[in-house]
Amino acid sequence: MSERELYRKRLVSMADLTPAHITRILDTARVMKGISERDVKKAPTLRGRTVINFFAEPSTRTRTSFEIAGKRLSADVINISAAGSSLSKGESLKDMVGNLRAMNPDLLVVRHGASGAPEMISRWVDCTVVNAGDGRHEHPTQCLLDLMTVREKKGTLEGLNVSIVGDIANSRVARSNLIGMRAMGMKVTVCGPATLLPPRAGEMADRVTSRIEEAVEGADVVMMLRIQTERMEGANFPNIREYSRMYCLTAERMKRAARGALVLHPGPVNLGVEIAPDVAEGPWSVILDQVTYGVAVRMAILYLLLGGGLPEQ
Amino acid sequence: MSDLLIKGGRVIDPANGLDAVMDLLIERGRIARVGRKLESAAKRVIDAKGLWVTPGLVDMHVHLREPGYEYKETIASGSAAAAAGGFTSVACMANTNPVNDCGQITEFIVETARREAVVNVFPVGACTMGLKGEALANIGEMAAAGAVALSDDGRCAMNAQVMRKAMEYGAMFNLTTLVHAEDHNLTQGGVMNEGAVSAALGLRGQPAAAEEAIIARDIQIAEYLKLPVHFCHVSTAGAVELVRRAKERGVKVTAEAAPHHFTLTDEALKGYNTNAKMAPPLRTRADMEALRAGIAEGTMDAIATDHAPHSVIEKEVEFDQAAYGIVGLETALPLALALVREAGVAPARLIESLTARPAAILAIERGTLTENAAADVTIIDPGREWTVDPALFKSKGRNTPFGGWTARGRAMFTIVGGKIVHELKEQQA
Repeated sequence: MSERELYRKRLVSMADLTPAHITRILDTARVMKGISERDVKKAPTLRGRTVINFFAEPSTRTRTSFEIAGKRLSADVINISAAGSSLSKGESLKDMVGNLRAMNPDLLVVRHGASGAPEMISRWVDCTVVNAGDGRHEHPTQCLLDLMTVREKKGTLEGLNVSIVGDIANSRVARSNLIGMRAMGMKVTVCGPATLLPPRAGEMADRVTSRIEEAVEGADVVMMLRIQTERMEGANFPNIREYSRMYCLTAERMKRAARGALVLHPGPVNLGVEIAPDVAEGPWSVILDQVTYGVAVRMAILYLLLGGGLPEQ
Repeated sequence: MSDLLIKGGRVIDPANGLDAVMDLLIERGRIARVGRKLESAAKRVIDAKGLWVTPGLVDMHVHLREPGYEYKETIASGSAAAAAGGFTSVACMANTNPVNDCGQITEFIVETARREAVVNVFPVGACTMGLKGEALANIGEMAAAGAVALSDDGRCAMNAQVMRKAMEYGAMFNLTTLVHAEDHNLTQGGVMNEGAVSAALGLRGQPAAAEEAIIARDIQIAEYLKLPVHFCHVSTAGAVELVRRAKERGVKVTAEAAPHHFTLTDEALKGYNTNAKMAPPLRTRADMEALRAGIAEGTMDAIATDHAPHSVIEKEVEFDQAAYGIVGLETALPLALALVREAGVAPARLIESLTARPAAILAIERGTLTENAAADVTIIDPGREWTVDPALFKSKGRNTPFGGWTARGRAMFTIVGGKIVHELKEQQA
């Protein structure tokens, strides 16, 4: 299989993309953003194409983003969620996907709670599969929208220092960004309590620390991750008060960052837990820009994967 | 008139220190003679020139799934798989449904095997009721019904006192405890080896320490009690070292290694291959090398498959939900033979690990070609190449990561009690 064919088949991991692919996606996304800014937010590009958003795990932001992206390109978009699907009646994932396949979709967007589900599904179907977040594995379109946000705001990616702070071990956003950002020449630091760092974190990141002050120092980009308080207290840190005291991104801590530093958060935000309100809404914050760029990036991915063409390597 | 004469093979019988080109004569289901240029009017003569003639292989760790999970495997299908793989004796684990924790289940297995199995089936009784790690199982009853060892395989008693009592109580019946070493608290939620690959795949890991902690615990208990203990499917370098050191100071500890652990690493899970998911999990290259060295030197006494058939229903699902385990009976021999070519394991040591050693650990009178022993014999072509096709397995399980592999080495004949139960037909070659 040529790289082109592989790429056409799926986007399940940032490792599926070369730096040239990523640049092409971000360039295309900039054009797509223009469509979203028009009065009539629609292009006929994907008319007659069927996109199924298969969300086996709850999601508002990502599902809506994919839905809007598909509709702005005139694709027929169908949403399926776990609660209303036959999965809730005990049907196996493989059978469910087999049924979707039989309806001839052109592209399947998959969100699933189990790591690897989109990759497995891509082996069971012949249409294109896009991973919209799988378990603790990856969330490549989130990474691409983060890259777009940084590139639009900073003008470049190469050489920037990024710190990702929070529950790194369980974060698919962190995992995708570690691959994607490093591929684009950014230096990535991961920061969190030792209990929430993945094994061998040093092999995945440029730098590993458990002190947020160290992580923020000189950073061009600080990405805060949502902490799942309900599953964490007692097991991975004593309580949310201590976590917040040690890892909440405050305006005071942001003083250590580089001039013009950006604060990102994939959402949903726990205000006052991992990020202080004045930071989330302050001058550094590009959290809502991320959402806007998210639609543009997903339009670009749908367009490129469904025949818009990609650079040969 | 004798039954079977096997001529001109390389007879490897580690129990008797024998490794020479010889003939072997079988009469009335027993080994009649091993010697040079035997002449006899046998009913059948097998020309074994260029082949290895060994004691029937013994797999001390299989799951036959009957009673309770006959859709995965039965005693009949599992024993046919054993025969096809060159095994004449298997010891089947207790995690059936109901669990083999009382005399009636042990009897059921023994009786079903007597009627339907083509190889010898030796039941392993549970250590604790329902494999729960709490109350002792009906050990005396199971011993009387034919259990050859005790194991909660698949589970591990988290309560060290329970393990101690199982060892002590089992020893009264000469039953060794076979330990599935896993600290379930440390492995909680883990579905593969914890390391670089689990981090990249976003799958929860099981650290090597979860296996080693239990092995260290149970070595200390066995040493204190001066009783034997056996470790199933050892998978980490640290565990090999713990066993090595315990043996050096005279603890009655034995251990087995599984072919998948000495052949594959956790890299095999890339792409979320559920047929590479097993417990304990595939580890790193360093662990794999340590196991190979352990087999070569004898620290790892036995090679055992942990044959664990599952249906596609349990394997073609999300990785987190997929069942643990792979089938092993029909691929073990070529994977083991690869150790002779690749890891410096002497042929006699390899055959010992598949015959005399596991038989000794289970205290069963098998695994040797001594005159008058039961005529369990395997005739092996160590160089024969073939392609692994799971669709052709005798096992009901197709869950193997070795499908499509080019294997080298195959059982040409499997003979149980003087009867040929497997003969490789040319069209299968």
